[in-house]
Amino acid sequence: MKLTSQALPGSEQFRANTAAHEAALAQVAEAAALAAAGGGPKALERHVSRGKMPPRERVANLLDPGAPFLEVGATAAHGLYDNAAPCAGVIAGIGQVSGRTCMVVCNDATVKGGTYYPMTVKKHLRAQEIAAENNLPCIYLVDSGGANLPNQDEVFPDRDHFGRIFYNQARMSAAGIPQIAVVMGSCTAGGAYVPAMSDVTIIVKEQGTIFLAGPPLVKAATGEVVTAEDLGGGDVHTRLSGVADYLAEDDAHALALARQAVAGLNRTEPATVEWQSPEPPAYDPAEIFGVVPADLRTPYDIREVIARLVDGSRFDEFKARFGTTLVTGFAHVEGCPVGIIANNGVLFSEAAQKGAHFVELCSQRGIPLVFLQNITGFMVGRKYENEGIARHGAKMVTAVACTNVPKITMLVGGSFGAGNYGMSGRAYQPRFLWTWPNSRISVMGGEQAAGVLATVRRDGIERKGGTWSADEEAAFKAPTIQMFEEQSHPLYASARLWDDGIIDPRKSRDVLALSLRASLQAPIKETRFGVFRM
Amino acid sequence: MFRKILIANRGEIACRVMETAARMGVRTIAVYSDADAQAKHVAMADEAVHIGPPPVADSYLKGDRIIQAALDTGAEAIHPGYGFLSENPDFVDAVEAAGLTFIGPSADAIRAMGLKDAAKKLMEQAGVPVVPGYHGAEQDPAFLAAEADKIGYPVLIKARAGGGGKGMRKVDDPKDFMSMLEGAQREGQASFGDPAVLIEKWITTPRHIEVQVFGDGTRAIHLNERDCSLQRRHQKVIEEAPAPGMTLEMRTAMGDAAVKAAEAIGYSGAGTIEFIVDGGDGLHPDKFWFMEMNTRLQVEHPVTEAITGIDLVEWQLRVASGEPLPMAQEDVPLIGHAFEARLYAEDAARGFLPATGTLTHLSFPDVARADSGIRAGDTITPHYDPMIAKIITHGPNRDAALGALLKALEDTRVAGSLTNLPFLAALCRHDGFRRGEVDTGLIGRDQDALTALPAPSPQARATAAIAALGLTNGKGRQGFTLWQPLTHSVTLTHDETPHTARVTIHPDGVEVDDVSRAKQLDHAVSGDRITVFEGATPHVFTRVDPLTAAADATGGDSITAPMPGLVKLVMTTEGAQVTKGDALMVLEAMKMEHTLTAPRDGVVATLGAAPGTQVSDGDILLTLEPETP
Repeated sequence: MKLTSQALPGSEQFRANTAAHEAALAQVAEAAALAAAGGGPKALERHVSRGKMPPRERVANLLDPGAPFLEVGATAAHGLYDNAAPCAGVIAGIGQVSGRTCMVVCNDATVKGGTYYPMTVKKHLRAQEIAAENNLPCIYLVDSGGANLPNQDEVFPDRDHFGRIFYNQARMSAAGIPQIAVVMGSCTAGGAYVPAMSDVTIIVKEQGTIFLAGPPLVKAATGEVVTAEDLGGGDVHTRLSGVADYLAEDDAHALALARQAVAGLNRTEPATVEWQSPEPPAYDPAEIFGVVPADLRTPYDIREVIARLVDGSRFDEFKARFGTTLVTGFAHVEGCPVGIIANNGVLFSEAAQKGAHFVELCSQRGIPLVFLQNITGFMVGRKYENEGIARHGAKMVTAVACTNVPKITMLVGGSFGAGNYGMSGRAYQPRFLWTWPNSRISVMGGEQAAGVLATVRRDGIERKGGTWSADEEAAFKAPTIQMFEEQSHPLYASARLWDDGIIDPRKSRDVLALSLRASLQAPIKETRFGVFRM
Repeated sequence: MFRKILIANRGEIACRVMETAARMGVRTIAVYSDADAQAKHVAMADEAVHIGPPPVADSYLKGDRIIQAALDTGAEAIHPGYGFLSENPDFVDAVEAAGLTFIGPSADAIRAMGLKDAAKKLMEQAGVPVVPGYHGAEQDPAFLAAEADKIGYPVLIKARAGGGGKGMRKVDDPKDFMSMLEGAQREGQASFGDPAVLIEKWITTPRHIEVQVFGDGTRAIHLNERDCSLQRRHQKVIEEAPAPGMTLEMRTAMGDAAVKAAEAIGYSGAGTIEFIVDGGDGLHPDKFWFMEMNTRLQVEHPVTEAITGIDLVEWQLRVASGEPLPMAQEDVPLIGHAFEARLYAEDAARGFLPATGTLTHLSFPDVARADSGIRAGDTITPHYDPMIAKIITHGPNRDAALGALLKALEDTRVAGSLTNLPFLAALCRHDGFRRGEVDTGLIGRDQDALTALPAPSPQARATAAIAALGLTNGKGRQGFTLWQPLTHSVTLTHDETPHTARVTIHPDGVEVDDVSRAKQLDHAVSGDRITVFEGATPHVFTRVDPLTAAADATGGDSITAPMPGLVKLVMTTEGAQVTKGDALMVLEAMKMEHTLTAPRDGVVATLGAAPGTQVSDGDILLTLEPETP
């Protein structure tokens, strides 16, 4: 059934909304540009003067020209480490190489020599997680000095630290997910294991080096004086040591060899869903800016968004008359069948039950789920607690946690409290989690959190017979409100990789389509649900 | 009318004749050599007969075989086209002896015009003006030199049996006469088996104006003139009709002379009287002289067709089948102006060397008439004339027709071989030619400027880069990224110079180097070769594939023993020049002989082992002198 939009594109409201969203987007775009610039023009010039391609051009030349590139963590580490690690010093994303969907991880040697900050490790591991979950061949374009020594305590010892990279490589290789390394610069110490653990390794002549210890450490340890090239250059590794398999003349040749390697992988896409011929939405996705209110607190009909995401704006709404604050239904995104679960207000018990029902339905049918998250939480109050809203909420959370169909989550508004769980927040391991620049995420709203703290405080003061003026209360609440405001901002969240990236809302349909396409590289496994609290 | 005719030719003229024949309901037989088995004229014909191997002497000049083919297939007549057997009177005799009709003049008429000096004498007798010169039989060099002095320098030496510019020499200075004479005689002997020459006055501002005539054996009419002054070494390049600056008085005088010439020999069918005109001071009825008669349909006949609306091939068939002349002289129309440009596979910038190649792409604009015997995918071989097409335009006046020709050339698409297309377009843009100031020396004077190839514009380079990457210029989700656009690099070679273009794919278009949002020009892609059509210049770019480039890269400066073994043979010496891949040594190891080859081109610097030496794995057996950058 085709959705009908109530929006008035010429209206004052529409224009005001658009302006507000554009401002929010500009802030993110600026951060993304900063990240893409890596270590800056000077470092880039030095990099290029050594005959190396700029890191982003390495990625581009690996990919099929013109094919889409879905970058992951584009603003990772933004504002962290005194802004010393733009983009966390590593580019990651899903692209097409020789016609196959692959995960590309590319060190940016212009950022502190490509060394691994904590967020670099987290981003590398997230990229590998995406590859593992979605069965994507991994191509590592290596140019890194290894762990960032001043931060060694946060990158080396723990489970999800540096060592996990090689663990993942081994496990993925075991699972039949190809691991290909292209050594285009240093691969020192632990970094040496990236190529060594790969199925196929390409190294650039007189440029790539692989060794456990570089010449300075060798000299310190044993007194042996040796050049980097003789210790672990391309000639050594392809002729003597066998650590690398192909010797490339330069970056361009190395990338061509990697493309050739992928072309020969002999992989076919699994049969997963019943595709339809794609069709653009009846409403222009660019109108999303106008139909979504600038203020998160202003309610609106989420179907206005759905109408701008799905094929032909057609939406087969399921249980439209029941639990109406949660919208569920079937649609297609670029030909791929999806089940959409979208918030249209606070979650009540009925809405939670409906959500659980719908997840079961999609799991049964093997239909990928798309969550459009704009949730202040589950309804509170005696009536709701007494009727067991926690029990109904738990059903939805159980269903979302256990389903094995791909889940793609998009934060289109607020993401507060337990609503985040039921709507497949990060902890529920959606295949991808994207956010809009206007979205906010925190355990509760800043106002509410400050209010809770103020109530506790006022109770304490008044118990001691004191008084607390409204001004004093406001001054007390301000820092909390400020802190929540800052920490709930998507740039803050994305810097810490709580999500896979902030996107331009007008590109949501493309991002969903690409996320689905990537997700469906892995066969959909049968779902077994846990005990539902009935 | 004939029911079936054989066309004893190939290429565009064979196709041209078949088109008219098909329109008239006449069935056609093609003949072909091995090289032409898949040719367009064979495909167009109702039947085709194989007549021999590629060399023309063994196929298209084999009169007996062609006549037999006509007899075998039941053809009633033979159309000879132009060239090949078209002006061979013995062939005409043989055709008639076989009981077939030759579509063209009688053998006698051909003979009368075949020998240039005899023809001129005949014309003089008929009252047709001829160029001062010596056309006699006396061939003593001293006598000829004296005749040249009498005529006055500069003079032109021409092979008596010649044509097509062969055996022709212009002599400016009497002291060069003897050596030039020898050259002309040598070429005459080589090309026509006849060293005899004639000598003519060289006209300083000569124009080549010819008159199309048509006879029925007794009576003849003319169909106006053509100006063929744009020549390169006596080869016509662009022809037009009518001649620029032509007056009614002059046309009448030339037309009368031409008709007189044709009637003097009882000419039948289509023929052309070539005149040389001194255009130094406008056209005057006392300043044109008979040069020769071409007793066949001319290559440039379409310009006459364009201004008269007459199908000359149709007339040929009608007159040959016994019909009277289809039109009276006073009814011959002259409408507007027409041009013909001859498109050749040749390298204009390198002295017009003939070019060959497979035309991966070939198309002509609909607005022009294009007579061609070649289709996209066909190959230009060295066996035959490398003409690809004739492009003919017509307009209400000269400016309009020339403008249409330039536009047609700019919209002609040829990829796979070098062509003279840029040269033809440069001629159309030539100021003097545009003003109608034509003479046979124009091309020679401005040849460097006319053959200079324009460098590809940034937009042409951008087009090549976009095409090399297989981009569709902004369609679909091309170049989708979340934030920053991606920049690809692609290396393309143009004119042997490699350039690496940086190609950034924006959501709203593609940026190549400093061309933002590049709009693609028309282009054709064949493998790694991209031909970009800019104006009338096809720029050829070759994509450099890093995988191929690396394979071609040098393999180092030395040969090392791949395993322990015995040096069995050394096939080079120190100081020897070697080429990559040359076998230089043989090493015997594990009962196998291993040939060691040169890793790159270079000079052998040192030999590390003599035959019989036992060597170890990794021993250096030979080094090359360092490469000089």
